[in-house]
Amino acid sequence: MEAKKTRAVNLTEEELVYPGNRACAGCGLNILYRIGLKAIGRDAILVVPPSCLTVMQGLYPITSTQLSVLNVTFASTAAAASGVRAALRAQDNDHTKVVAWAGDGGTSDIGLQALSGAIERNEDFLYICYDNEAYMNTGVQRSGTTPRGAVTANTSIGGKRERSKDVASIIAAHSPAYVASCSAAYPLDFHDKIAKALGIKGLKYIHAHTPCPPGWQMEEKVAVSIARMAVSNGLYVLYEIEDGRMTLSEPSAKLLKKKSLPRVEEYLQAQGRFKELGSDDIAAIQSDIDSKWAAYRRDMAGAAA
Amino acid sequence: MQVFDSGNVAAATSVKLARVQVVAAYPITPQTPLTEKLSQYVDSQVMDAEYVAVESEHSAMAVCIGASSAGARAFTATSSHGLLYMAEQLHWTAGARLPMVMCVVNRAVGAPFSIWNDQQDSISQRDCGWIQLYASDHQEILDTVIKAYRLSERICIPVMVCYDGYYLSHTYMPYRVPEQSAVDAFLPPYTYRHTLGPEKPTSLNTVTLPGGRTDIHGNFAPGYMELRESLDSEMKKAVAIYSEIDAEYLDIAGRGGDPIVQCYLCDDAEYVAVALGSMGRQLHDVADGLREEGIKIGVLSLAMFRPFPADILRAQLSGRKALIVFEKAFSPGQSGALRSELQAALYGEASQPELFNYILGLGGRSYSSVDFRSSIIESIQRKPGETGRCEEIGWIGLGR
Ligand SMILES: Cc1ncc(C[n+]2csc(CCOP(=O)(O)OP(=O)(O)O)c2C)c(N)n1
Ligand code: SF4
Ligand SMILES: [Mg+2]
Repeated sequence: MEAKKTRAVNLTEEELVYPGNRACAGCGLNILYRIGLKAIGRDAILVVPPSCLTVMQGLYPITSTQLSVLNVTFASTAAAASGVRAALRAQDNDHTKVVAWAGDGGTSDIGLQALSGAIERNEDFLYICYDNEAYMNTGVQRSGTTPRGAVTANTSIGGKRERSKDVASIIAAHSPAYVASCSAAYPLDFHDKIAKALGIKGLKYIHAHTPCPPGWQMEEKVAVSIARMAVSNGLYVLYEIEDGRMTLSEPSAKLLKKKSLPRVEEYLQAQGRFKELGSDDIAAIQSDIDSKWAAYRRDMAGAAA
Repeated sequence: MQVFDSGNVAAATSVKLARVQVVAAYPITPQTPLTEKLSQYVDSQVMDAEYVAVESEHSAMAVCIGASSAGARAFTATSSHGLLYMAEQLHWTAGARLPMVMCVVNRAVGAPFSIWNDQQDSISQRDCGWIQLYASDHQEILDTVIKAYRLSERICIPVMVCYDGYYLSHTYMPYRVPEQSAVDAFLPPYTYRHTLGPEKPTSLNTVTLPGGRTDIHGNFAPGYMELRESLDSEMKKAVAIYSEIDAEYLDIAGRGGDPIVQCYLCDDAEYVAVALGSMGRQLHDVADGLREEGIKIGVLSLAMFRPFPADILRAQLSGRKALIVFEKAFSPGQSGALRSELQAALYGEASQPELFNYILGLGGRSYSSVDFRSSIIESIQRKPGETGRCEEIGWIGLGR
């Protein structure tokens, strides 16, 4: 089914986020939060663990959001969302949406067990992971999704040595109702995937790549273009998985037709966190991207728009 | 209705009678038969509730936190490692002032692994902000859970109903089950003071700065420290409120009247044996025996450990010659927690009893009425002034 496509001109005008909040300038999460809430609407309960989002939403008694928010402990997001859903079911409320919204640390590391349990039970809520590729709120330490080679506060010498986890694939292996990946450079795609996900019963998972100027060591003004570059050079792929079938979303699907993709160097060199990468490391990253896209071309030729 | 069943089934029955709406649980011995029973009640629609079979105790409490915050009456139960795995969540629930009841089926804590009974699990969580009630038989388990919901929802503080693993959870005893209509009249449906819906959106448990702040209307919004102080002062009210609730329960069920402490042969007693949970029952027989020998002894079973009912204990215990405190939990490097707290409560009283502390039953080590008897006699025979210092422990049943 072709989902409806929102354009900037027909995006809901009503803002559910108050202007002015504690996010840094150039924060990718901040972009998606504002646009995402438009897709979620008012009849919703957000469940949020400690992360930059907790701070962004405001310190008591001031809040930057007009939705109800239940702040919960770091590991418990998906379980607490299950509890909210259970309470709504017990009160015969089938209209209020439950949306868990957590960082990559809260999702890929400490919260993975609770999330896995919730998917296995096929709980009815949307889980959004915004992936800024480190524990930003505590001062930029490595997380499970921090890419190999990235310098963080606790991989400050030589960068992170291990590969990042592919969280969305771990989630997809549970066969939830819906899985999608998004990027802060494509907020309308995020908007429409949320809208679509909320129309599906069961557990829906959206993984969103969100640039973070202080954590990635780049200028605020380039944050969106850097995030867009990660999609256009094929490093970060936008897709949906429904009924076990993966389809590339438009910004990624159009790469299928290209003979060659822009090299990854420009993306890496624009960010201070990758300063420790040598030319061999960069070549290895490029070769990973190339083989990933060779596989997509093989599997999806003709299938994409 | 009179039934003959286990303590765990008594607990499950009370959860059903309380019309709990969301149950979340993870198996751990000796709690398992309780939550298995609840899953059967829910699956067979004997109970109209959601049963969430979570993947850990941390998540069990998370489900209860989510459910209670969103307006549903929630329940979980656990033991030992399960309780400790929830530790962060216990503090969270109390800090968030969420009404909720949890049964703690008391069990020892590893290492080494021990699946048997003592009370180290719940006692070690005394500072997490939950009310702690201890039942001493099956009837009390059932009655206490129902009363605990009233208490918890009245003062917005979560309540643990603790009972001894095996001694109570797995043994069979007769107990009476109140009519559903009587419980319904006693325990009205749950409503939470905040709403998480679109009608009046609320942000719960947000980051709170060290100082208080004013809100956008210029009103002072309490900060972290004010919220902590309120948890303390509100919890202290639980002693009186629980007594009121118990009096109402007495009217509907015909049982109750001594919800905080139960005193047996205490009126003229020079010596009082003090204990939490099922030990109190066993001590009745011991006291009967010692009375026959002319020793003026009574038994005080304590049913509430948090808040610590210091006023009631002072009234009951100051002026006695000696207290012999039996405990199945302790603070390594100090003594039994109950003993320390009794001493603190009695400090400064004009006539302070001597205090003797015995630790027993750890990891399910068996103990008998003979052990209680000889410990009491040993304490009584000590010369005045030879009181056990606060850190002195008498160990019952240690291998030699
Ligand atoms: C149990 C527990 N451990 C550690 C923390 C400290 N902590 C708070 S936020 C955070 C990092 C969050 O990282 P992520 O989920 O990626 O979100 P981000 O800050 O990057 O937005 C950590 C480690 C905590 N609050 N609770
Ligand atoms: S640290 Fe990064 S993720 Fe956090 S608010 Fe700032 S830009 Fe956003
Ligand atoms: Mg992060």
